[in-house]
Amino acid sequence: MREENIILRAENITKKFAGVTALNQVSLDVHRAKVNVIVGENGAGKSTLMKILSGVYPEYEGTLLLNGEEVNFSSPKDAMGRGIAIIHQELNLIPYLSITANIFLGREIVDSFGMLDFKKMNQITKALLARLECNVPPNTLVAKLKVGQQQQVEIAKALLEEAKVVIMDEPTSAITDAEVEVLFRIIATLKEQQVSILYISHKLDELFRIADRFIGLRDGKMVGTIENIDQAKKEDLIRLMVGRDIKNLYVKEDLPLGEEVLRVEGISLPKHTIKSEYLVKDVSFNLRRGEVLGIFGLMGAGRTELLETIFGLHSKTMVGNIYIDGQEIKITSAMDAVANGMGLVPEDRKADGLVLQMPVFKNVSMASIDQIVKNGLLNSGLETDLAKKYISNLNIKTSSPGQKSENLSGGNQQKVVLAKWLATTPKILFLDEPTRGIDVNAKNEIYHLINNLAKEGLGVLVVSSELPEIMAICDRIIVMGASRITGVFSQKEATEDKIMNAAIL
Amino acid sequence: MNIKTTIIKFQSIIALLVMCVVLAFMSDKFLTMENGWNIMRQISVNVCISVGMTLVILTRGIDLSVGSILAFSGAVAAGLLKFGVDIPSLNLYLGFTVFGAILGGFVVGGGLGLFNGWMITQFKVPPFVATLAMLTIARGATMLWTGGFPITGLGQNFAFIGTGWFLGIPMPVWITIIVVAIAVVITKKTKFGRYIYAVGGNESAARLSGLNINKIKIWVYAIAGILAAVGGIILTSRLDSAQPNAGFSYELDSIAAVVIGGTSLSGGRGSIMGTVQGALIIGVLNSGLVLLNVSPFWQQIIKGLVILIAVIMDRVNHPNED
Repeated sequence: MREENIILRAENITKKFAGVTALNQVSLDVHRAKVNVIVGENGAGKSTLMKILSGVYPEYEGTLLLNGEEVNFSSPKDAMGRGIAIIHQELNLIPYLSITANIFLGREIVDSFGMLDFKKMNQITKALLARLECNVPPNTLVAKLKVGQQQQVEIAKALLEEAKVVIMDEPTSAITDAEVEVLFRIIATLKEQQVSILYISHKLDELFRIADRFIGLRDGKMVGTIENIDQAKKEDLIRLMVGRDIKNLYVKEDLPLGEEVLRVEGISLPKHTIKSEYLVKDVSFNLRRGEVLGIFGLMGAGRTELLETIFGLHSKTMVGNIYIDGQEIKITSAMDAVANGMGLVPEDRKADGLVLQMPVFKNVSMASIDQIVKNGLLNSGLETDLAKKYISNLNIKTSSPGQKSENLSGGNQQKVVLAKWLATTPKILFLDEPTRGIDVNAKNEIYHLINNLAKEGLGVLVVSSELPEIMAICDRIIVMGASRITGVFSQKEATEDKIMNAAIL
Repeated sequence: MNIKTTIIKFQSIIALLVMCVVLAFMSDKFLTMENGWNIMRQISVNVCISVGMTLVILTRGIDLSVGSILAFSGAVAAGLLKFGVDIPSLNLYLGFTVFGAILGGFVVGGGLGLFNGWMITQFKVPPFVATLAMLTIARGATMLWTGGFPITGLGQNFAFIGTGWFLGIPMPVWITIIVVAIAVVITKKTKFGRYIYAVGGNESAARLSGLNINKIKIWVYAIAGILAAVGGIILTSRLDSAQPNAGFSYELDSIAAVVIGGTSLSGGRGSIMGTVQGALIIGVLNSGLVLLNVSPFWQQIIKGLVILIAVIMDRVNHPNED
């Protein structure tokens, strides 16, 4: 590859968050007028890398070279000015403004009286949309557009800035098949117009259709590229994504399993917007006492939605049956779920797990407050004892039970959420990404804890997108892809290749 | 605890004491028993409704209808007491004792509050809008009920509530002390109180913990309605008259007391005693400005500035809240 064909080069990029290394000495090239595809599991560092390339994170170690010249973007606006645009997975448009107003937001054209020059802006917008085969009038409100069209507006916005590199983060995750076809034609057109594309996606089929080359990231490191796309096979791609050495990893004890505690049959959850499409489609499985069941899937596979559906958060739209200890149970709210012995440790502990400004002891007693009520009043002695019990059992590092939860580290916050549920003496525990964003030691503690809970006879359901984690701690692994179950493996038969193969369809 | 956190914790009380000392020097009428009881009597209505407002704001809501509910429940109590209920078609006349009339006022206040809560939880009407609508509805209902004229001449027994003394303390102050005491116990020592903070602190986490969010919110608005009725009855009794325009803009004084008392409008943080201090600050300020013959126009400006200063101090102490 000749130097002039490399539009953007990253050299030894390292990025750390609070001691956790997200990117470690990553070096890669973005080739001019090509579709450069980045592949890797969730948490491999793709998003972090994109955010550095697009100026969202101005602080990092290493060097960025744009057309051979060193650059350091101070903000997304700065990156945009240098010709690098990013189309986020979640679109950033203002719904009740027109297409034109959105495209020109912050760089409006005014006439000699200082008034907005709608005529001129609409003309330019129309020309930009025409380049993208989009024939919607420029003064249409964005709220009235389909998701695919909104994405085209975002691309048009990038074109207005004369973007040379367009980064697309999972652009097909929210659009219909017909819209995907349009997007691919747009990408082909952009290539012809000498625009370089950096593309992230998990959907293997589409990757082989549009990619010119693959770049693999794993655990924050660059693992290699596939340049010769014609001869590449699905297996080569999977090898690029997985295949790390799994030494020093915790492995779950082999425990005898008890009775079935939870069974779900035909669980489906239609999308709010399009009733014919599903977030969860026809999922059935069972969970036994003492079992740790893993659910693996890539972003958007429907894992979190599955947990939420069983937990009663989508009772109005869901279909399917739930059996606890063999009895069919109607769960219409989280209240019912908790009353039936379930607990859910959510993916985002700050947003959904804890009341951050409350002290640790109040969070611990939150879901089982009746046990600290004496004569109709909360008994602070009982409450402190309860908190102390779990602080010691789970080794929660806090200066006192009265410490505000927001002052704890991520791992210890997660343990407080776990303590909240253990205090309810549940039968079934759902853990959604239980070790996300916490350090290695806390991770290991949580693995041991999960093992001990299973030993005590709980049924544990763990959602994780970390392959080594799910292979280490689970007795059985369900793989989800495109809202369905695409594979079930016992711990013994599971391999990274098999799981990934099932996950990326 | 270091000095800075101590000062932050007691900043309302410190501000209150400073105000009292300054006013005592500037006016010899300020630091008298008579003026003290006056201030207490005057703020008692505001404290009652502000206690309800505190609960609402702790859940991250707002209640703009308390002034109108206060007027309507006061008028209903007065009307029941004076005229009873006459239904000629059924050949029925019901007379009311003082106790019955007061109960009638509570039922109306609680009922309207319940309606607020129902709108907010079942139909997802934002609290601001639901209670703004109730502000208009309850005011209109008051006009209908009273025909636009005050209901006066409510008798000695009823007047005792607003003007009487018991053990050397005015009755409105007794009532207020009881309301505050119950509210403090509820917020600090009961499951319901804990849940109020949880809902306001993080509704999503509270829901996932199996809390019945709707039930908690409906109760909170119902209590705010009942406490508005308590205020309405005290006011009606003190004036011996249910005025159709009673309680006009009281919701604003009430929100001011809550905010000055350090309760966060984003929910989950604050206390009943803070609100009491906030109401005291407003009461002392009002009294002092009157005694110093400050023009009523300036009084309003000064009150507004005090609210701003209180909120800015709160921002400085809690910079990370939105």
